[in-house]
Amino acid sequence: MSSLDTTETGVGTSLPRADARDKVTGRAQYIADMVRPGMLYAAIHGSTVAHARIKGYDCNEALAVPGVACVLTGKDFPDGRMGAFIKDEHAIAKDKVRYLGEPVAVVAAEDESTARRAAALVRMEYEDLPVVATPEEAMADGAAVVHEGLTDYFKVFPVICGGNIASETSIEEGDVESAWDDCDIIVEGEFETPAQAHLSIEPVGALAEIDAEGRVTLWSANQSVFRVQANVCESLQLPMSKLRSLTPKVGAGFGNKMEPHVQPLVVQLALKTGRPVKLILNRVEDFEIVRARHPFKIRCKTGARKDGTLVARELEAILDCGAYGDDSPGVLGYSLLMSRGPYRIPNCRCHGKLVYTNRMRFGAFRGFGNPQVTFATEQQLDEIAELLGIDSFDLREKNIMQPGDRWFGGGEVASNGLAECLGKAKAASDWRAAGTRAPTTSGTRRALGVAACAHISGLLGTGAIVRLLEDGSVVLNTGAVDIGQGSDTVLTQMCASTLKVPADRVAIASPDTDGSPYNWGTTASRVTYTTGRSVVAASEVVAGQIKQQASEIFECAVEDLELRDGGRVGIVGVPDRELTYFEISARAHWAAGGPIVGSDTWVFDQPSVDPKRAVATGLPFPQIGVYSFGCLVVAVEIDETTGKTEVTDVWSAMDVGKAINPGSVEGQIEGGFVQGMGFALTEEMVFDGPRLVNPSMLDYKVPTTLDSPLEIESIIVEAAEPDGPFGAKGVGEVGLVPVPAAIANAVAAATRCRQRRLPIIPERVLNGMLEQSVEN
Amino acid sequence: MSTDAIKLMINGVGHSVAGVTAGTTLLTVLREKLALTGAKRGCNQGVCGACTVMVDGAPMRSCLSLAANCTDQDITTVEGLALDGALSSVQQEFVSGNAVQCGFCSPGIMISAHALLRGNRALTAEEVRAGLSGNLCRCSGYKKIVEAIVKASETRP
Repeated sequence: MSSLDTTETGVGTSLPRADARDKVTGRAQYIADMVRPGMLYAAIHGSTVAHARIKGYDCNEALAVPGVACVLTGKDFPDGRMGAFIKDEHAIAKDKVRYLGEPVAVVAAEDESTARRAAALVRMEYEDLPVVATPEEAMADGAAVVHEGLTDYFKVFPVICGGNIASETSIEEGDVESAWDDCDIIVEGEFETPAQAHLSIEPVGALAEIDAEGRVTLWSANQSVFRVQANVCESLQLPMSKLRSLTPKVGAGFGNKMEPHVQPLVVQLALKTGRPVKLILNRVEDFEIVRARHPFKIRCKTGARKDGTLVARELEAILDCGAYGDDSPGVLGYSLLMSRGPYRIPNCRCHGKLVYTNRMRFGAFRGFGNPQVTFATEQQLDEIAELLGIDSFDLREKNIMQPGDRWFGGGEVASNGLAECLGKAKAASDWRAAGTRAPTTSGTRRALGVAACAHISGLLGTGAIVRLLEDGSVVLNTGAVDIGQGSDTVLTQMCASTLKVPADRVAIASPDTDGSPYNWGTTASRVTYTTGRSVVAASEVVAGQIKQQASEIFECAVEDLELRDGGRVGIVGVPDRELTYFEISARAHWAAGGPIVGSDTWVFDQPSVDPKRAVATGLPFPQIGVYSFGCLVVAVEIDETTGKTEVTDVWSAMDVGKAINPGSVEGQIEGGFVQGMGFALTEEMVFDGPRLVNPSMLDYKVPTTLDSPLEIESIIVEAAEPDGPFGAKGVGEVGLVPVPAAIANAVAAATRCRQRRLPIIPERVLNGMLEQSVEN
Repeated sequence: MSTDAIKLMINGVGHSVAGVTAGTTLLTVLREKLALTGAKRGCNQGVCGACTVMVDGAPMRSCLSLAANCTDQDITTVEGLALDGALSSVQQEFVSGNAVQCGFCSPGIMISAHALLRGNRALTAEEVRAGLSGNLCRCSGYKKIVEAIVKASETRP
């Protein structure tokens, strides 16, 4: 690409992705594409039982296979434990297995098929334990305990736990008990959402090698090189300085690649063999042993006055944690914090339990518990609207949080574009005329549905380093992994605009725990907002040093200088008194002042809970984030014969503060919509007791081109976040959050039958319609 | 189990590949023996479409194709689409139209798109939707992908 003017590539332009050419030509390297000299291939022997004590191993047959270099079991691993909130997980099962497929042995061999063949020959001796496959079973009296050592595990916050309860959280504001008396109507219901598979098209994998000093270099499909480093070093009891974590291109992450998967296994194999070792999961393994979205059971109750004023809400959630804690305590706490929605409900109480079971671990997945509670709460708003004879939009507009209102729990909200989102979605969808529009095909029922939502962007530590090279070009280093959503491009645009250089003069370094500043991860819709702030701040430090150099050369005050488009610095009001960054940087490198480097680090530190306004117990994160808002309208057509729901049109208005790259923002809204539509209509990980029965793409249905509407109108709303970079806040998750709720509301409007369980498959819709026709 | 070396014609270049058994897939040969890693292994059971290559002008799942059956055929992989380094019109539209996110499905989609464009006429969105129904993408929601292919069909020389 030739150098373009800053205004053509900077903030606010849909600059093409920096790596798009690599990706469309097949040159981009993902973890499975990597090969190192002398590399071994690894395979896992997974547990064939869901809950058992390990009594013995027999690896002789596996070791006898020609080409096998090494077989490791739990006995060959250190005793360290990892976990984002509760340190409850070894690198490999030791003493006990807790879910089907849990790695109990790993093999390294000269090629993949040999490794897999040998792994199948490992013989295990188990002593079966009673299986607790669901939260109900796990909470029953006398239930088998999944983690006997729970009380003694290290925890990063004061976790309320015991028995199979991994974590318990509650938040309360106002006086719910007496508020019910002020309500003219109350709706109450139970809602259920299943496990959803992330299904990145790239299965997870990792490659580790060690040098002669025993230092490890580790590449893996991940959302945070720093979380990889921390998890591997905790579980293998290695000093963090002994492990360097890197990333190739990542074939998408939706939470599945945030916390560890196979990284500790390949590191231990590399340490034992002294050779590079690569392990790539096959699709079945990727389904069975990585992680998935938590199944939720929700009981929700909402009360309002006759005029539609919302008065009280109570919500109770039970989450299946699976066998290990992972990100689950965070998902529980966050889902409860979102359970009031973006509304003024003065009395609100929510409580939830996270329950260990003998299923695969559940963890972070785009939305982080918010789509599940929103599925319940936004349906109840429609139920209230219907009972009171109030339009769905009117009810929401009457009750939405206004600018200046605080979030549930008392956290401050500095920017709130929700009213504009509602207004624009309503206008674009021509909501008022909805009832007059006929279905496009006969034998179908058509209706619109709406849901509003909010989501955070924020959390934890972040940094950026900006360096001016000798020729005046720039290298930006943040440590934030671009998982395909486009953060490398967005951060580059922010740096380029701050320094007034064309974007192609800024290179972005690949995340590297040796050289990048700490970045907690690409999660929580946080990179644009948190890392963006550091990028702008570090770029401003560089701008200051450029001006300092120029002031010494021109013998003028720094305040009299300005940066000019194209990468020049000049005296304000004197067009021909200017220097190029090349001239500045050459002086800094060779004559005076020193090479120009700007850096910035910060941690999100705005409190989420105000103890004067709310009582919260067991909440894992005291400082969570800033708020993005959204309103979604969908049109569905339902086949009266089959009950199949098709989404035909989508209007998604999302308040992102500022669209740094509008094309990428649309990509997040469109992609989030379709992933949410899969969750709403077709996707379900089906369990028979502890066993996942559909771990294949044939039996687990994600939307294809034929299932997905092309009529998705992304409406970008920009209520600037005062401390956001260029006003920006996150967009990665908010677009998915309202999808199941909006579709369910549209289905209810079309069929007069409410669906409280996902996915909304044709059978359930048809049964609902049949019950209606019987009643009528 | 090993057979004699087989000969494959890939992107206009002849290759002699040793160590191919009767069960070796074309995808394995491409990725592991010829270092043509553009085609991806997403599911290895013919569903996701990330491994799609063109065989005698038709898109085909290389994970379901036995390499030994492909000896007399003309195989095109994603690496063969940008002639002399110049992006094809559909590749260019994907870049400029923000139709690429993580990129893992992109090689297979490039091949399916090129197969669709062989008819050498402007395509409707519905035709593109049908033609791409065997390529899963988990990032994009498909809208920008379909738009890019329609646009490429309208604007190519």
